[in-house]
Amino acid sequence: MKDIYRGSLVRLCIESPEVMAKAFVKWDRDTEQHRLADSDPAQLWSEKKIKEFIEKDSDKPQAFRFAIRTLTEDKLIGGVGLWVASWTHADTWLGISIGERDHWGKGYGSEAVALAVQYAFIELNLRRVTLGLHAYNPRALKAYEKVGFKMEGRVRCEGQRDGVRYDCFYMGILRDEWLAAREAA
Amino acid sequence: MLDIQTQLFEAKDVRFGPIDHETHPEIESRWTHDAEFMRLMELKPVRPLSPAQVKKQYESIEKDMEEGKNLFYFTIRAVTDDRLMGKAAVEWIDWTNGNGFLRLGIGAEADRRVGYGSQALALLLRYAFGELNLYRVTAVVPAYNDGALRLFQKFGFVEEIRRRQALNRDGQLWDLVSFGLLQSEWREQNGRG
Amino acid sequence: MKDILKGEHVRLGAVDHEELGRAYAVWNKDSELTRYLDARMVSLHSTKRISNFFEKEMEDLAPASHYFTIRALEDNRLLGDINLDVINDWGSRDSFVGLGIGDRRDWGKGYGTDAMKVMLRFAFTEINLRRVTLTVFEYNPRAIRSYEKVGFQHEGRLRSALLRDGKRWDMLYMGILHEDWMKLHQ
Repeated sequence: MKDIYRGSLVRLCIESPEVMAKAFVKWDRDTEQHRLADSDPAQLWSEKKIKEFIEKDSDKPQAFRFAIRTLTEDKLIGGVGLWVASWTHADTWLGISIGERDHWGKGYGSEAVALAVQYAFIELNLRRVTLGLHAYNPRALKAYEKVGFKMEGRVRCEGQRDGVRYDCFYMGILRDEWLAAREAA
Repeated sequence: MLDIQTQLFEAKDVRFGPIDHETHPEIESRWTHDAEFMRLMELKPVRPLSPAQVKKQYESIEKDMEEGKNLFYFTIRAVTDDRLMGKAAVEWIDWTNGNGFLRLGIGAEADRRVGYGSQALALLLRYAFGELNLYRVTAVVPAYNDGALRLFQKFGFVEEIRRRQALNRDGQLWDLVSFGLLQSEWREQNGRG
Repeated sequence: MKDILKGEHVRLGAVDHEELGRAYAVWNKDSELTRYLDARMVSLHSTKRISNFFEKEMEDLAPASHYFTIRALEDNRLLGDINLDVINDWGSRDSFVGLGIGDRRDWGKGYGTDAMKVMLRFAFTEINLRRVTLTVFEYNPRAIRSYEKVGFQHEGRLRSALLRDGKRWDMLYMGILHEDWMKLHQ
């Protein structure tokens, strides 16, 4: 049984709510990062409040949150999570954010997603993983396609920022196609 | 125009930051002992608060933000040393009609009248219109607050309401003035069409 | 000392939260009414929920809130409600007033105007306020005229503050000072 948390650039791990909260306070300052990762309005929560959010979430049996650390420097660069929408349908949402902007566009994010998808399929035994992204985030689209996600839909004018309405894409990956791609590789 | 790159919370000398429950209660407690500041900031009677009482207020603000979703509160920090200088908020948001009320205050006398208020208001307006997508914002100012009156006028707010003699302070009766700014007006002024 | 809660067509009475809850459950079905009273979206609630709301309002807001029912003088029929919220009662003595006549068959008969006259007399001679404020929506001209008749002056408007039926409307602010009221009642 290999170490399913470890890739070639990053590893998924768990950090204390204190460590993550401190990191999020730092990353929340970068609103470009926030607006690429999240549709909710950018907000600056206190470290205390973020710690509360994380602890509350950790209590939920359907939430699986990981911290992302680089292998070379063991640097904490972001977080990735799975939120199981339905156990009966074996379907989960995936969300990722890379807080450290100098680690964008270098494959760290897509590998973290790949590791989370692997966890969903071979450890949680789910059937599919779903994610959403903003149409104005082409870098994310490329990263998800690299992992094997397929475009499933476009929600028109889902959000608005700076007076402009933007679309959101929804992508999914099925266990069967993921397994087949692994066989082929 | 959708502009993801320009930071929402950073200006030249000031930035917006979160509440720091460890260090801010003591600073804010000092401000509450400055009745001049409190009378500019608040309509209710001045009341000095202990750091513990301020801390409770901060907890209630974050609880409110979490549950109500119609308050967005920020601390104003100095870019140089991150020191707490004031507070800024969009509150009483009525989502169906797209309205919000603005609050803005710089705590220490030495930090006022040097342009920090303008920088903070510019950030707050971009947030209200560009991130919360409000249709219009309102600011309520007592007639004796010349600094605030000038600031909102400078930003193109329109005086909309004057509640005659609505405040009684220092044995004198004052009007309560409401200023309003529409998103369309703000976009036109800033060439953001 | 006269009966200041009595007008020419109406009198102001006590609020029984169950009675008022039952009445509003019926009145709220008329969305024209609710769109005059409330800036937020109209919605329908059960009688129990409305009763609970009034019960809580009575507890939470007292003593700064003066809540009354409006009843017809001739047969004591429940017509609506009126309430005064004293803000700044430590020095400024300013307040917000609001009223509603529930059944549209009772509109345009002077009940609202009379209730407001009674409330203003209460505000200025019983609880000694210095001013009374109200907000009224631009699309409610009948109410605006009624308030002008009673002595409120226009103090301004929040432009385009309401979005209804795809159109923007202003929210008007009107106010009356103790001295304004005194002049009308010399």
